[in-house]
Amino acid sequence: MDFLLNAVVNGLMSGAIYVLVALGLTLIYGVLHIINFAHGSLLMLGMYVVFFLVTRWGLDPYLSLPLVAGTGFVVGYLLYRGVIGRFSHGKDENILLVTLGLSIIFENAALFFFSAHTNIIDLDYIDDILIIGEIFIPYTKAVSFVAALLICLALSLYISRSDLGKAIRAVAKERHGARLAGINVEGIYAVSYGLGIACLGAAACLLMPSYYVSPSVGHSFVLVAFTVVVLGGMGSFVGALVGGLLIGVAESVSAAFLGEQLGQIAIPVIFILVLLAKPTGLFRGAQ
Amino acid sequence: MLEVIDLSKRFGGLYAVNGASIRVEQGQIVALIGPNGAGKTTLFATIAGFLKPDGGRVTFNGEDITGVPPHEICAKGMVRTFQITQPFSRLTVAENIMVGVHQHTANRREAREQAWEIAQYVGMGHLFDLPSTELTVAGRKRLELARALGTRPKLLLLDEVMAGLNPSEMSEIIGIIKGIRERGVTILLIEHVMQAVMSLAEQVYVLSEGKLIAEGPPEQVTRDPAVVEAYLGRNAAQLLEGQGHA
Amino acid sequence: MSQLEIKPKGVFSGYGASILLLLVALVYPFVVTSNYALDVGMLILFTAFLGQSWNIAGGFAGLLSFGHTIFFGIGAYCSAIMVATYGINPWMAWMLAIAFGAALGAIIGYLSFRFGLRGSYFALITLAFAEMFRVLADSSPITRGGLGILIPVKQGASQLQFADPRAFYFLALLLCLIGLGLAYWLKSSRFGARLEAIRENEDAARALGIHVLKEKIKCLALSGALAAAGGSFYVQKYLYIDPQLAFSVARSVEMLLVAMIGGAGTVFGPLIGAATLGVLAEVTRALSDAQGLSLVVYGTVLILIIGFLPNGLISLLRRGPRKQGGRHA
Repeated sequence: MDFLLNAVVNGLMSGAIYVLVALGLTLIYGVLHIINFAHGSLLMLGMYVVFFLVTRWGLDPYLSLPLVAGTGFVVGYLLYRGVIGRFSHGKDENILLVTLGLSIIFENAALFFFSAHTNIIDLDYIDDILIIGEIFIPYTKAVSFVAALLICLALSLYISRSDLGKAIRAVAKERHGARLAGINVEGIYAVSYGLGIACLGAAACLLMPSYYVSPSVGHSFVLVAFTVVVLGGMGSFVGALVGGLLIGVAESVSAAFLGEQLGQIAIPVIFILVLLAKPTGLFRGAQ
Repeated sequence: MLEVIDLSKRFGGLYAVNGASIRVEQGQIVALIGPNGAGKTTLFATIAGFLKPDGGRVTFNGEDITGVPPHEICAKGMVRTFQITQPFSRLTVAENIMVGVHQHTANRREAREQAWEIAQYVGMGHLFDLPSTELTVAGRKRLELARALGTRPKLLLLDEVMAGLNPSEMSEIIGIIKGIRERGVTILLIEHVMQAVMSLAEQVYVLSEGKLIAEGPPEQVTRDPAVVEAYLGRNAAQLLEGQGHA
Repeated sequence: MSQLEIKPKGVFSGYGASILLLLVALVYPFVVTSNYALDVGMLILFTAFLGQSWNIAGGFAGLLSFGHTIFFGIGAYCSAIMVATYGINPWMAWMLAIAFGAALGAIIGYLSFRFGLRGSYFALITLAFAEMFRVLADSSPITRGGLGILIPVKQGASQLQFADPRAFYFLALLLCLIGLGLAYWLKSSRFGARLEAIRENEDAARALGIHVLKEKIKCLALSGALAAAGGSFYVQKYLYIDPQLAFSVARSVEMLLVAMIGGAGTVFGPLIGAATLGVLAEVTRALSDAQGLSLVVYGTVLILIIGFLPNGLISLLRRGPRKQGGRHA
């Protein structure tokens, strides 16, 4: 029983980070109505940034979070302005292929510059474990859990309370109306994409202490992110929260019961089942 | 030939079509008219198998085709066109028409020959190898018609084929449609353009808010006060009568 | 009447160019001196063949698959297991692998299309299926998990293992020609016309009598069969397969890339794409030992293609852009 409980709790911990990753994806879909296939590779790039910040400049990943998230925002904004914006109004397939193209470029650029090694960071507190009753939680996972949820909360509040957030929601709901109301729709698109990538920057900081980075790490995150978003409902923040935590737990429990190797099958299977049975997901995308 | 019996189609709580019954005899040209949003295209879509009705039946040549998928309905001889034209964008005019012809002709060479004949018949011979993206609205309407003709239909469902045409284009299409009927094809059309309805249809059905409110020959139907009201609003019929107009 | 002549689009203007290409391909192994150069040539032909399998589904029917390696992988593992574990003759195993590929294509097609998945959702589900199979291959005893399967060396034509690398080159050439032939057939057959109609507009296709679900399933089955054949070939050539080689995203991407960049929905597109990628890979290798540069370029080319040359590189070879003068009624 403890075994299962441990798996569930640790799953929740990872799940929170998935929420953060998925939040960016669902925000981008909700506002721009595009499927950002480059999401995984952008996360990978963020993780490399964190890696170098730690190994070259000794910057703690948690402390450098605002910096990395901010960089993510700028990168996302520029990416939209430079590349994605041109294609996001065309056919669905085009933007999918363009974001695929971007992910190919990023992944292979990382391969070229950093080679295929897996890299991990080493920090003083990396081996610390929190013990709550019968449950063992790596310290880094617990911190990441809290941080991820706080960031999600902050982002949701920002979107629902601030002027910019209102503009974003207006554009998501009714683009033409928003334009008529004087909102700079293209600017909102760029900002939204930027916010989505900022989430990735934050997620990268929270992931690195307990994970590894390599050029192909983006692949697994793409599938996880999309599974969360499809399960939770495209464009729904609440969906991303519930979906992310559920997926985290599912992954952890399945690894506990099926082993590290076979356990990985949970995510693609869940994804396939959701797509076949209820592709609209659990929650309606209102955001 | 076609019998629609008490057909209903609901979206959520709203009835787009509510108990509509239509009869089309072989060789007729029948028109379906009504104000915007009346449910005409929904009715077409349901008849042609794109939507499943929530009530009622459709029979074609005595056979119950309710809920039968569109490609099977086409095989049985009923074809619909679309209100907003749906060309195969990256294909040429010829290739577009050939898709229709392939319904009963497997050989590509023969299909192309037949497509050529059809293209000439609707006046698109000179555009045969043009990419369909280069057509004007009128051209695309014609293509829609030509494609449907390729399947050798017995019953043709035309959805607002006149929309967006100027008067001379319109009279050309009217002529073509009459010719199609001469060749033995029965036609049911949705139309807003009264001129076309008057010159083509022998029988008219009027749909308003999902319900049939009138049926009969065109002259009779257009004078029906209920019909005038549906188009122009409450009391419009009285107003018009009061002003001495029919 | 010249109007009636069928000239399938996408075939080089005139058969002359095609014959020339064929001659070059036939002569190549006898002209080059190093095994390395021979291998490069063989890989180009092989990649073109795999790309063609993607093209049949993605280019002709618009079924953009992001997980096409699943068919390659199933063919590879099928062959490997049958030959190494059960001692079945490799040629026989090849045929069986093709059948497996077709069956898998039909199953995935049925599941996806019956439930109405299109466009991006279809792309994603193929990705998920491929990942699922990778995990299964990684953890099943029958596939020997992460260790992979080694084919015992038994040289001889009857064992589909050739001492002379030129034999594999010609086999790859044959596969490539078969792929080209199939694509040409699609361009001149009713089945192909229907696939193109489905790609352009499913509802209109339906209205004109096309059984969309059935045609899509047939298409994916054909595509799967081809890719599986490629997988078998790979296993016989390299005598080894593992989950990474069989089900990697990189291979799915490569199949898609060469077809899209060369010209999706055309006969020679995948070959052009494969040749371009092959040449690019050699050029970048001369510049740097580090991996990945050629794909960075290729990814950029993909984006440029979608933006500026949506019909692929092959449209550069056509007789110039069509006259766009005026609109026609």
